[in-house]
Amino acid sequence: MSSDAMAIHQGTDVGSRPWVETLHGWVTTVDHKRLGILYILYALLFLAVAGSEAMIIRIQLMYPHNSFVSPQVFNRIFTMHGTTMVFFVGIPVLFGLANYLVPLMIGARDMAFPRLNAFSFWLTALGGFLLYFSFLGGSGLYGAGNAPDVGWWAYAPLTSRAFSPGHSSDYWTISLLVAGFGSIGTAVNIIATILCMRCPGMKLSRLPLLAWLNLVVSGMVLIAITPLSAAQIMLCVDRYLGGHFFDTQAGGSATLWMHFFWIFGHPEVYILILPAFAVLSEVIPVFSRKPMFGYPVMVGATIAIGFISMSVWAHHMFSMGMSSYGNAFFVLTTMAIAVPTGIKIFNWLGTMWGGRIIFKTPMLFCIGFLFNFLIAGLTGIMLGSAAFNWQLTGSYFVVAHFHYTLSGSFLFGIFAAFYYWYPKIIGRMLSERLGKLHFWLFFIGFHLCFDLMHIPGLLGMARRIYTYEPGRGWDTLNLLVSVGAFIQGIATLIFVANLIISYFKGAKAGNDPWDAWTLEWSVSSPPPAYNFAVTPTVASRRPLWDLKHPEDPDSRYE
Amino acid sequence: MSAITTPFPETPATWKLPYRGKVGMACLIIAESAIFTIFVVAYLYYTGKSLTGPTPREVLETPIFFTVCLLSSSLTIHLASKLLERGNRGAFLGLWFLTIVLGGLFLFGTGQEWHRLIFEHGLTISTNLFGTTYYSLVGLHATHVTVGLLMLTIVLLFGLAGRVGREQSARIDVLSMYWHFVDAVWVVVFTVVYVLGR
Repeated sequence: MSSDAMAIHQGTDVGSRPWVETLHGWVTTVDHKRLGILYILYALLFLAVAGSEAMIIRIQLMYPHNSFVSPQVFNRIFTMHGTTMVFFVGIPVLFGLANYLVPLMIGARDMAFPRLNAFSFWLTALGGFLLYFSFLGGSGLYGAGNAPDVGWWAYAPLTSRAFSPGHSSDYWTISLLVAGFGSIGTAVNIIATILCMRCPGMKLSRLPLLAWLNLVVSGMVLIAITPLSAAQIMLCVDRYLGGHFFDTQAGGSATLWMHFFWIFGHPEVYILILPAFAVLSEVIPVFSRKPMFGYPVMVGATIAIGFISMSVWAHHMFSMGMSSYGNAFFVLTTMAIAVPTGIKIFNWLGTMWGGRIIFKTPMLFCIGFLFNFLIAGLTGIMLGSAAFNWQLTGSYFVVAHFHYTLSGSFLFGIFAAFYYWYPKIIGRMLSERLGKLHFWLFFIGFHLCFDLMHIPGLLGMARRIYTYEPGRGWDTLNLLVSVGAFIQGIATLIFVANLIISYFKGAKAGNDPWDAWTLEWSVSSPPPAYNFAVTPTVASRRPLWDLKHPEDPDSRYE
Repeated sequence: MSAITTPFPETPATWKLPYRGKVGMACLIIAESAIFTIFVVAYLYYTGKSLTGPTPREVLETPIFFTVCLLSSSLTIHLASKLLERGNRGAFLGLWFLTIVLGGLFLFGTGQEWHRLIFEHGLTISTNLFGTTYYSLVGLHATHVTVGLLMLTIVLLFGLAGRVGREQSARIDVLSMYWHFVDAVWVVVFTVVYVLGR
């Protein structure tokens, strides 16, 4: 007994707690900051896994007739790469950032439903575990391991019992279903937090843009992830109960799966890119030393993107053969979505225009984002035109386009977020030298890889092929693309090294290393468990500016 | 610890935010509506596309009585939560119990219909497209009714233990929102399956 009492007494020193207790604390936590960190670590783990899978793909395609992996393994690897990157890197990292930052930015103690928050995280974690358990359990008890190999969109009838025996597709289905429920839980939570937990004075018109964009993203999650969940339930019915939803032999339709998948799939890419927009909207003003240019227009454009993105899905399906009216509708909506995204780029540039720009690593990634995202948008417009799309759908041109949005834009935004908020979360600065090295290597590797990848696509190289004939003009290009991929891999390793080294050796950050303006920088780094000792009251969009410049507060002009 | 006070104004006296329970439930309802929409779309898309029988026209009977049960349970739960707001706990419990009975009757009706379809007409989820879409859509709704009944029963047990008073009224409203949603979905499912689908 007495030794227990001693242990409890010494327990005030956090460093000396037994590791089991620390672990228990992390597993049972309902604190939004800890759950945010768990989400981010989880996403980083899967970023490493799915990144390694990308390397396997690129090694295989480096030379014609390469036999680094078998065709069967190649199918599994690209399926797992896509599924993991979208569901277990993209979504967790955006929810992690939202979890950590939204309550701090709106002056709240925690999320609206802390236990739902923990529950949602662990559901997502279970989903990722199930997906990778398929390597062991995919063939059931009677064979060797077998991961899903149906592509990340799992078109029918590939997923039917006849073409996908064993349990690999079931693991894929159940994993996404479970993770989808987790996403819905977190989305409900973020919306309730933003609408119901704001500190006094934090009107919707003063909400930091990161919170605004996450509000829209969560709304989109509610109506975009759920069709996927519904389709997964139908697939389960087909595979386990002998249903015929996607069974063409019994009158079912493979097209219906495509529609259901892309009703989810296209909003999903906006669900991923909007949080990157959110990061830019916080970082660019701070490093341009100017308030956000056109805040209400930014909010309006975000909501417009949310709406329009729900009506563009069939531009993934032009080659399926729709009526000319269907084609025209989806071409027009796809073109229309370029308008609000263009407004956003214009406003970021407007924020930088005439500002005193500080070229720190977070800002570098934001500027890189602007270039990459512009090109991604332009190739998107090209692919959005049905006639062009008929030529290039299913080619490497498409792969290059969406990696421009996901790697060149989403990932750049997330990297900017890491460099910007790491000091707040950990309390130490990330190394600028390693950060700049990371940025330039990644930027060069990215462009070498994905700029050149457009060309084999234009020359007719189909996506998902495990190898190709020599002498078609693809050889050198594919080699260079692979080299670019490896450079990105090395850059990411430098980034991870930076995270680890700076955790121990980084300079102390202090409360507000960037001289920023939102509420999270008013508390210590890392923030205390209770966030704010006194509930803050705000009178403008930049509460910390008001605090630092009482002679000229923003509240006078808003 | 620099508390953020100056130069911010005093806390606005009128600072009021919506109740998080209601907002959370509204979000859940939006998400659930999307799930049901997909199932309804599949049902309508496959109407009349079955390659073999039995067809809905041959085997479905309109469940008028059980529909009335479910829809009137919306009324009883609404009255129950109003009574709780006024502090009338006895009447609240009575109407709450009636709601559970009506919901249970509806579920019994669904079970009876399924039993009849399976054993008299040989229609299962794998028979044809009608079976697949019918059992999925109606089953999805029945699942929601079941979950709702479980939650209602938990509240009833707490109420019988004397733990549900006026101060829980806002939470009871949240649960009653869910129940109204389940009823509203039935109106759609009923229209699609028993009116349009035949």
